[in-house]
Amino acid sequence: MDIRRRVRVFVFLLAASPCFFASSLPQPAQRGEELQTSDNEIGHYGGTLVVGQRAEPKTLNPVTAADAPSREVIGRMMADLIHINRASQQVEASLAKSWTVSRDGRIFTLKLRRGLRFSDGQPFDADDVLFTFQVYLDEKVHSPQRDLLVVGGKPLEVQKVDAYTVRFALTQPYAAAERIFDSLAILPRHLLEKPYREGRFAQVWNVNASPAEIAGLGPFRLKEYVPGQRMVLERNPYFWKVDKKKNRLPYLDQVAFLFVGNEDGQVIRFQAGDTDLISRVNSENYKLLAKERQNQSRYELFDLGPSLEYNFLMFNLNELKPGLDQIAEKQKWFSDLKFRQAVSAAIDREAIVKLVYGTRAVALWGNVSPSNRLWVDQTLAHPARSVERARELLKVAGFSWRNDGQLLDSKGKAVEFSIITSSSNNQRSRMATIIQDDLSKLGMNVHVVPLEFRAVLDRVFQTYDYEAAVMGLGGGDADPNPEMNVWLSSGGTHLWHLGEIKPATQWESDIEQLMKKQMVELKYSRRKRLYDQVQQIIAANLPYIFLATPDILVGAKKNLANFKPAILEPSTLWNVEQLFFRQETVAGANR
Amino acid sequence: MLNNKLILAVVSLLLLQSAIVFAGFVAPHDPALQNRDLPFVPPTRIHFVDARGHWHLRPFIYQWAPLPQSVYEYQESGQREYPIYFLVRSNESTNAGVRTQFHLFGVEAPAQIFLAGSDNYGRDQFSRILFGGRISLGAGLLATGISLLLGLLLGAVSGFHGKWVDEPVMRLAELFLVLPWLYLLLAVRAFLPLHIGPAQTFFLLVAVIGTIGWARPARLIRGIVLSAKSRNYVLASRGFGASNGYILRRHILPHTYGVLLTQAALLIPQYVIAEVTLSFFGLGLSEPMPSWGNLLANLQQYSVLVSYWWMFAPALAVILVSLGYFTVANAIQERLQSASA
Repeated sequence: MDIRRRVRVFVFLLAASPCFFASSLPQPAQRGEELQTSDNEIGHYGGTLVVGQRAEPKTLNPVTAADAPSREVIGRMMADLIHINRASQQVEASLAKSWTVSRDGRIFTLKLRRGLRFSDGQPFDADDVLFTFQVYLDEKVHSPQRDLLVVGGKPLEVQKVDAYTVRFALTQPYAAAERIFDSLAILPRHLLEKPYREGRFAQVWNVNASPAEIAGLGPFRLKEYVPGQRMVLERNPYFWKVDKKKNRLPYLDQVAFLFVGNEDGQVIRFQAGDTDLISRVNSENYKLLAKERQNQSRYELFDLGPSLEYNFLMFNLNELKPGLDQIAEKQKWFSDLKFRQAVSAAIDREAIVKLVYGTRAVALWGNVSPSNRLWVDQTLAHPARSVERARELLKVAGFSWRNDGQLLDSKGKAVEFSIITSSSNNQRSRMATIIQDDLSKLGMNVHVVPLEFRAVLDRVFQTYDYEAAVMGLGGGDADPNPEMNVWLSSGGTHLWHLGEIKPATQWESDIEQLMKKQMVELKYSRRKRLYDQVQQIIAANLPYIFLATPDILVGAKKNLANFKPAILEPSTLWNVEQLFFRQETVAGANR
Repeated sequence: MLNNKLILAVVSLLLLQSAIVFAGFVAPHDPALQNRDLPFVPPTRIHFVDARGHWHLRPFIYQWAPLPQSVYEYQESGQREYPIYFLVRSNESTNAGVRTQFHLFGVEAPAQIFLAGSDNYGRDQFSRILFGGRISLGAGLLATGISLLLGLLLGAVSGFHGKWVDEPVMRLAELFLVLPWLYLLLAVRAFLPLHIGPAQTFFLLVAVIGTIGWARPARLIRGIVLSAKSRNYVLASRGFGASNGYILRRHILPHTYGVLLTQAALLIPQYVIAEVTLSFFGLGLSEPMPSWGNLLANLQQYSVLVSYWWMFAPALAVILVSLGYFTVANAIQERLQSASA
């Protein structure tokens, strides 16, 4: 056999191999199956998408998963009833093909798609939905999403109307209530009811579960998990979306998550071409990749603009446990609004944007990112940095300066405090270092203490043994409702003063009133007015001193089609069912 | 041959260490001063020939100017030459006001001279290396002192006394020798409070590093004491009624000085590296205090590692110190051996 023919046979085998070995070919559409038509560029089947992940998923249980790597993997295997389109940020039909809302905004009736099947081939109907909500609402399961489903102190009530209609009742009207359905994975009752009844729900679907035990309604299903190396998902052959030519999605045969350890690992693997896309790169690595790209234009990079997350400096205003007298004494400064205003005035936010994020970020003076156009209050003041004004404020508040420049309080005590940050988050440590330098211009002696992330959480949430901290919050959704947790005095991330029984100050109680009002207000314009007031009160009283929000920076191989990164999480994989690899062009092949 | 090498080592050690001791004078800038418009500038180039091809007797520099539309990329702005002056008086603004400081060299404001580039806050690397040397070398020297003092004390006592003192001390020494010191340092540092001032952190570091390393010098000294103890002149001295203290001081300890010197020369670089390692892992001094380990910790980021070669400069200092001291240790050792032969 001459060599050319041999090569040709080999190439044929290679090209044909997915057909021979792929275990999950897309199933042809069946009668009565109500599929959703997806409006994307028509692709072709095949290929494995390789993604680098910083850490291994801790669980595959969608109800209990709380960490980002787990949620990223689980999200590809599960589907929700109503979905927030990450690109448009609007709600759209998902497993519910349509829904109606009663006039008082309390009753939601959802019509489910008929004839759908889970990834193991078993049918889906209203009983699965009922079971799912039973599990999510069960307090013994401890789902992190449970709080979202409790409106006005009462959990949402679920009722089956018929096999494909479900009714949800709220105790009070709830603005943008459809959004709470997003990312609530519908569970297969046939697989999980037994363990749930036996009280072992928290143990099912751990990372070592065999692929046969796990089924979902998402575009992919579990294929294999190699601890320390990778987790591979394969096509769900029964997935309920098709393209305009009635090809069942997803196009990709497999999605492989490689565990690479950290962000640098992600960058190196992406740079080497081992992985096909990368999300949430920091600005330095982005710049590095951009530079490299000039030599070998294999990938494309996208700066999607500011994220919805906000980074801030906060002071500990908690009621302290005994033994923390030193901190309690410093709280006299921290609780003084003029002191916080002076700190805010002295911080060089432009330097943070430049030195921490290489200008790929925007400075913040409020909790809503400018990229959240629907909700940001455009009239919020952006006072420029002014050390003079800061000194003025401190003088008015009774502070004075020693001859060597050290700031003293009214009792003559030197102003000195430490800022804790997570040592694994380089950006936040650097923000703290810049703040340290800025505040030294006011004569404050500031120490930066990078701690292990868990230690930071422990101090902030449990022991309150810290003076100030640089942290970040937000980024989940554009709507104000997830922010309730931050601004209600009883909220779980009301970090500066956790576990208040009632608001400690007038302005906190004002925020609480307004937030509660906007939650039951159904009209956007009125809600916006209320939320604008909240933003103004926050900016005036500075429980958090907002610093900056980084841009979302992502990259993907050039031949990855339908790649539409979005600022909402997950930025790159939200439309994974539509992704496919374009055939290499001749020019590309030559490279 | 050996002498040349030794002289070179001693001279470069002396130069480096006096530069570090007089860092306030030698370093052109305040090590904590941030130049927020100039992050990651490459080392300043020193010119003798200007853009028009004219020769200058006095070396001069050009300022770095950020390239438009980019961050962290610079070009020399040829607008104006800034000659380098020696023994300059400069005014630095501090919180208390303006302070006048003498510097070995400098350029006229607004230009700045970055001999080893700048870091991500635009702080002068060269100044930071010199000031960081105070911490790193200081820690090395002090910790060596502690180790040798402990080693001398315990080694001499256990060698001289023998029996029930000797056994436990030497077993303890063996225990310390087999300990993986790096992990021990990490563990010890992790147990200490994190909210402590820079001075306290420094002395804690020194104490921790110093106490861990006493075992090897103690064993060596014990051996010498043991062999010296049974020499005839010691026995004679004892026969004349000399006290233990006198014998130790007069006849035995002088034998240990050579070993102590060699050990010192070996331990100093080792401890400098220990400090660098701890700081590299973020367990040393915190910002904005520089130390060689802190400076090198910047390289933990992949993007810095591959983009800014001048961030390796602190490693050069560490290498110089280590090589210098090892050469000195070698020389002492050889002299000792030829003396005893």
